[in-house]
Amino acid sequence: MESSPIDSSSNASSGLSSSTSSPPHSDRDHRQITLTVTQLEQLKVEEKVSEIYRILSGAPAHTQTLMLELWRDKHIEFLTRGLNQLGPTYRVLDANRPWLCYWIIHSMALLRESLDIEVENNAVDFLSRCKDINGGYGGGPGQLPHLATTYAAVNTLVTLGSNSALLSINREALREFLLRMKDFCGAFRMHHTGEMDVRACYTAISVASLLNILDFEITKGVGDYILRCQTYEGGIAGEPGSEAHGGYTFCGLATMILINEVHRLDLTSLIDWVAFRQGLEFGFQGRTNKLVDGCYSFWQGGSLFLIQRLLSIAENQIKSLPMSIEQEQLSMEGNVDSAAFTVPKPDGSQRQIHYFENKDAGKGSATGLDFIRTTNGGPLFHSIALQQYILLCSQVLEGGFKDKPGKVRDHYHSCYCLSGLSVSQYSFSKSADSPPPPNAVLGPYSNLLEPVHPLYNLVLDKYYKAHEFFSVMS
Amino acid sequence: MSSDEDEWVPFSRRPEWSDVKPVPQDDGPHPVVPIAYRADFRETMDYFRAVYLSGERSHRALNLTAEAISMNPGNYTVWYFRRLVLEAVDADLNDEMEYINCVASKNSKNYQIWHHKRWLAEKLGPEVAQKELEFTKRIFAIDAKNYHAWSHRQWVLDALGGWQNELDYCTELLEDDIFNNSAWNQRYFVITRSPLLGGLQSMRESEVSYAVEAILSNPENESPWRYLRGLYKGDPNLLICNNQISGVCLQVLKTKHNIIFPLSLLLELLCHGFQPSTEFVSAVEALRTSVPESSSTSSLANTICSVLEIVDPIRSNYWSWRRSHLPSQVC
Repeated sequence: MESSPIDSSSNASSGLSSSTSSPPHSDRDHRQITLTVTQLEQLKVEEKVSEIYRILSGAPAHTQTLMLELWRDKHIEFLTRGLNQLGPTYRVLDANRPWLCYWIIHSMALLRESLDIEVENNAVDFLSRCKDINGGYGGGPGQLPHLATTYAAVNTLVTLGSNSALLSINREALREFLLRMKDFCGAFRMHHTGEMDVRACYTAISVASLLNILDFEITKGVGDYILRCQTYEGGIAGEPGSEAHGGYTFCGLATMILINEVHRLDLTSLIDWVAFRQGLEFGFQGRTNKLVDGCYSFWQGGSLFLIQRLLSIAENQIKSLPMSIEQEQLSMEGNVDSAAFTVPKPDGSQRQIHYFENKDAGKGSATGLDFIRTTNGGPLFHSIALQQYILLCSQVLEGGFKDKPGKVRDHYHSCYCLSGLSVSQYSFSKSADSPPPPNAVLGPYSNLLEPVHPLYNLVLDKYYKAHEFFSVMS
Repeated sequence: MSSDEDEWVPFSRRPEWSDVKPVPQDDGPHPVVPIAYRADFRETMDYFRAVYLSGERSHRALNLTAEAISMNPGNYTVWYFRRLVLEAVDADLNDEMEYINCVASKNSKNYQIWHHKRWLAEKLGPEVAQKELEFTKRIFAIDAKNYHAWSHRQWVLDALGGWQNELDYCTELLEDDIFNNSAWNQRYFVITRSPLLGGLQSMRESEVSYAVEAILSNPENESPWRYLRGLYKGDPNLLICNNQISGVCLQVLKTKHNIIFPLSLLLELLCHGFQPSTEFVSAVEALRTSVPESSSTSSLANTICSVLEIVDPIRSNYWSWRRSHLPSQVC
């Protein structure tokens, strides 16, 4: 593997087994301090992972190639089986069936595996049974419409890509559903009277952008809510006050891009926080001092993949340090106005809500396309190291992917490990759909997956088709 | 067949349900992701669909939702309907709180349960604040980083009160595990939001000392480093003026161990206009011996990035980007 990409990770690799990780250990030994729960759990994972990497570095070249191979056939087998039949224990996911469709069908699309026309029709038919007559999709037939399963259903239909799949979406009713889920503060609730958080905002905005129904009525106040969720650490939390978290950071960042307000985030601190989530294990953790998990390959890796197309905005923020939000709002005069509306408070009094009015909202459908055409500034994370974690620590040889060594595979982790693998493989590609240079792909080049549109986590070609399809509708 | 299933009496054999016609799930002829439901689950959901569709808000409907929830606590439609029933039958919400606590203890990572708790606590008002805080404490005894439980706790404090001992509680959790970032985040929440503490500005000084002490005992712990920076969020001019902050960077740098966080913070200080004394320059220079390629004329910020590119290889791309985009005054 002389010239293979594994060499480019050898710095980091040696860091795991020697210099980088040993000082804390020896310090602790000398001080004879009892380790905390966090330290103990972390050490256990580090040991397991470094054992795997030790085997890799000690193996002959052909074994290394084999170890770093993506077991496509096995993954397709695992995914196909899930699409056809799930065991009784899956009853706990009975309200997440559109998610199961998306995790499986998106994973198969990433692997360039096309479905039989019959299975495609069955999927369209099944999802139409999850559709609520008044808009939105529920977790199964007859269930209350929910934003997360609406996102999963729409993304599945776009991935299926046939005219019948795309035509099965009732855009007008869906728009009405989104507006019904919108809280007076601008953020979204997951379902009627359900919980309000950044996930709900992302799933609503992603779907609206994709279907070309995004306008100011839908976006107003969303950016203000996301801004309130950016924490002192730099990442984004699920709700104002909560802890910065990988999943919510992706959702918040993607939302801000889709509504043309990403410059309002403190991007330098956000980038710093996400960059620091990649650890000695080479994978990403979801929060500071938490354990690595393969699914964050997409949530965190995908956030940094988005950042690759925002570097000029981040660089402008660096140049104009320091700048407060108020100053920034003033500087945006011209295309942005501050506006206010009055809402009743629960105690009967009135409260003025000020929101950020972006006159560019409504160009949402174009945003997704413009974004992916922006120049890629190159990765700020270690994309080869990330691929190594996914292939060696998350990949299950019998098919599927898992959180970390010692855990079991599932469809969720399969979807987000593969999505994370794709973004890391394409992180050096100059344009979104050009094939990456050979040394950007760890293992055999046949590991290469389809590229994704990172704002929606859809295979790029599927996104293009849907964009074209919906752009002619008004 | 499990003993559970032996004991379970099918709805079709329960006299009180004889008037209800179960509604099967409309999965279509060839569903994808079909789940091989066990008989008990399938029947419970068939009866649930029947009462949900007929809108029957009765005590038996309430019991039925509990059975459905015990088989799949993630079914938000069941929870939603349960709330409608609770309101309609004018149920004792304290009993409901006991019930939900029981469910939550077994399924503490579930959006629906915590949302239900929040709904209940909102209805019951400030008198349940202490109980709710106690409940999350019990969850944290098992998993001190449970995200939902922390969100709930913050909501309780904000909406119902109970701030009195919150800072002490954070200190307690951090004494158990100084690496618990959720506890650090809660600490930040308390010092910025508690109505009893006077806000960030009045807490800043003592919190800087707290964080600095935590850093010195475990310099490899990222949490207090980020907390320290967070204390000056939006106030970089004060950040660079605090000698304790530049001081802790210098102190850790001199040990030559765990240098990533102090270098990173020092870089932040420099980017905001911090004027380094020769002591800082020589501490960084001492780390540079292993970085021969960096030019001797480069700025301190530039050198820091170069050192970080080497000692923090997983982030070498990031540090190289930082190096090429330093604010003009520190280039």
